[in-house]
Amino acid sequence: MAQFITLTARAVVLAVDNVDTDQIIPARFLKVTDKAGLGGALFCDWRKDPAFVLNQPAAQGAQILVAGDNFGCGSSREHAPWALIAGGFRAVISTSFADIFHNNALKNGLLPVVVTPALHRELVAQLGREPELQLTVDLEAQQLSWPGGAATQFPIDPFARDGLLRGIDQLDYLLGHAEQIAAFEARQQA
Amino acid sequence: MGKTLFERVWDAHVVAQQPGHPALLYVDLHLIHEVTSPQAFSGLRARGLGVRRVERTLATMDHSTPTLPGGYAAADGPGAAQLRRLEENCREFGIELHGLGSSRNGIVHVIGPELGRTQPGMTVVCGDSHTSTHGAFGALAFGIGTSEVEHVLATQCLLQTRPEPYEVRIDGRLRPGVTAKDIILALIGRIGTAGGTGYVLEYTGSAIRGLDMEGRMTVCNMSIEGGARAGMIAPDDATFEYLAGREHAPRGQAWLRALERWRALPSDPDARYAKTTTIDGSALEPMITYGTNPGMAIPITAPIPSPEAAPAGTDQPTLEKALRYMGLQPGKPLLGQKIDVVFVGSCTNSRIGDLRAAASVLRGRRVAAGVRTLVVPGSQQIKRQAEAEGLDRVFREAGAEWREAGCSMCIAMNGDQLQPGQYAVSTSNRNFEGRQGPGGRTFLASPLTAAACAVTGQVTDVRTLLADGAAAPAVGRA
Repeated sequence: MAQFITLTARAVVLAVDNVDTDQIIPARFLKVTDKAGLGGALFCDWRKDPAFVLNQPAAQGAQILVAGDNFGCGSSREHAPWALIAGGFRAVISTSFADIFHNNALKNGLLPVVVTPALHRELVAQLGREPELQLTVDLEAQQLSWPGGAATQFPIDPFARDGLLRGIDQLDYLLGHAEQIAAFEARQQA
Repeated sequence: MGKTLFERVWDAHVVAQQPGHPALLYVDLHLIHEVTSPQAFSGLRARGLGVRRVERTLATMDHSTPTLPGGYAAADGPGAAQLRRLEENCREFGIELHGLGSSRNGIVHVIGPELGRTQPGMTVVCGDSHTSTHGAFGALAFGIGTSEVEHVLATQCLLQTRPEPYEVRIDGRLRPGVTAKDIILALIGRIGTAGGTGYVLEYTGSAIRGLDMEGRMTVCNMSIEGGARAGMIAPDDATFEYLAGREHAPRGQAWLRALERWRALPSDPDARYAKTTTIDGSALEPMITYGTNPGMAIPITAPIPSPEAAPAGTDQPTLEKALRYMGLQPGKPLLGQKIDVVFVGSCTNSRIGDLRAAASVLRGRRVAAGVRTLVVPGSQQIKRQAEAEGLDRVFREAGAEWREAGCSMCIAMNGDQLQPGQYAVSTSNRNFEGRQGPGGRTFLASPLTAAACAVTGQVTDVRTLLADGAAAPAVGRA
């Protein structure tokens, strides 16, 4: 899995609540058998609108998505984080995430950053004034900051954080428990 | 302090738990389908790993399968390639597959219970968010991503942080025309699409007890639409009656031992929930959605909400955006809204009771001119049963299309979809923008309501058709 330590990049604001994974990548793009090449499918239907935020020149090169509440709700498709990563994103900042999307993102090195509604409002306003603003997401320090703003702590599950910092896959951790799994199976059979 | 049903099932499946780490949770049943598994099998191959427990793994094809006859030949190129890939993967890794052409083929959340593979007290996972369906049996069942599919294939385990139990209590007797679908739409309308985030819902109360297993599956199926990890219902005699004699249900002495275990599963009287919501079932009306997520649900007779009075979990701009997409005016009734398509099917409402309910409205009536109506059974077994009961004739004579089993128009990746701008009344689970085809607009409702709308060609309160002398459709358990 891709390592995530710290990221300094421009951000794009998608001011919509409850963005579901059908919007992130519509189902007709799920007839694939590998993970690569999904960047073109990212927000495909919303991209048909020339005014859509990801179609604006300012969005080019942005690696952080600032999204509304309950981002990633709906379908469990891991194609959603795959498409976001293929579209150049490494972190999503929101006030909350849907459970399955949150899990899927962490497994792919796409960092979900949860902030308070107040900080979210401040960040959106700041980016409205300064679209070129570079945000820094420091996973080691669990801090979100930008020039002229105070650094703010964000929460993250320590186990997931450790995996991201070291770029290790959870499957290795699971495989390391083969003995306990076998013992559990023996107990269950008994 | 006592334990809830959820806590009991969770605790019985923790393989290991280090402080500060997520739990290693053992998976009793892993369901697989063609869309979310190919990359997981590629991952196994790349690491030289096998499938740890093939006997705990079951595969079907449903999402990309055509519902027109003809099997693979009816699928488009990428869809057929994905189906072939699942076939190859199952052959290589030794997994039981009910593919196209199998008499046991069907939607993954329909066939698991139908074959008796889903049982009380189990942990069940699948790379599909509607895995919550299986919670109707008192199983802990939830959707996972493809990385986790790979984890379960390789180790039969998942790393999970424990959610909290949340009781949803629904008492009272449902009125005529009100079904399990209306219960769950009313709940999501109340708590919003994120109201259940971080929780496992347990549905309790007399209205839930009064539902048959199919109705309970409908309720649990849409738990994810309220953001919950899973939904569960304590097993009871209805559960055991449903399971008795099914292909993979235990038999003889093993059945008696299983019953003893299953009867010990329900929540203790002194168990505590982190949260409780109560709903008066006897006050519920047929429900319908008007917006672009399942939380945007109203009683069918209610006006479309105004952005100033946005419901739970929806702010004003979100509601305005939704109404713009839907082409609807706030404050106006939804009743009478013209529709183009009716879809009866999906893992939410494609079981025999759903088809009987739709047929009870359509019997002796005609689908309105210009309305396309698709009835898609959830499995080949249900298709055969419906045909044995003559339901297919009722649908055909009414002017509806009777199809092969599959996810069909719920997911619109198999040839069945809306055209841009069309309005559909759908018994499926998601009304997201474009879910049923780019530009398509979806009203979610029960099979009874969907059938009523098919007859009139507009959004209709099914109770107006029940009152004019038609046989009252069966609702819930007799």
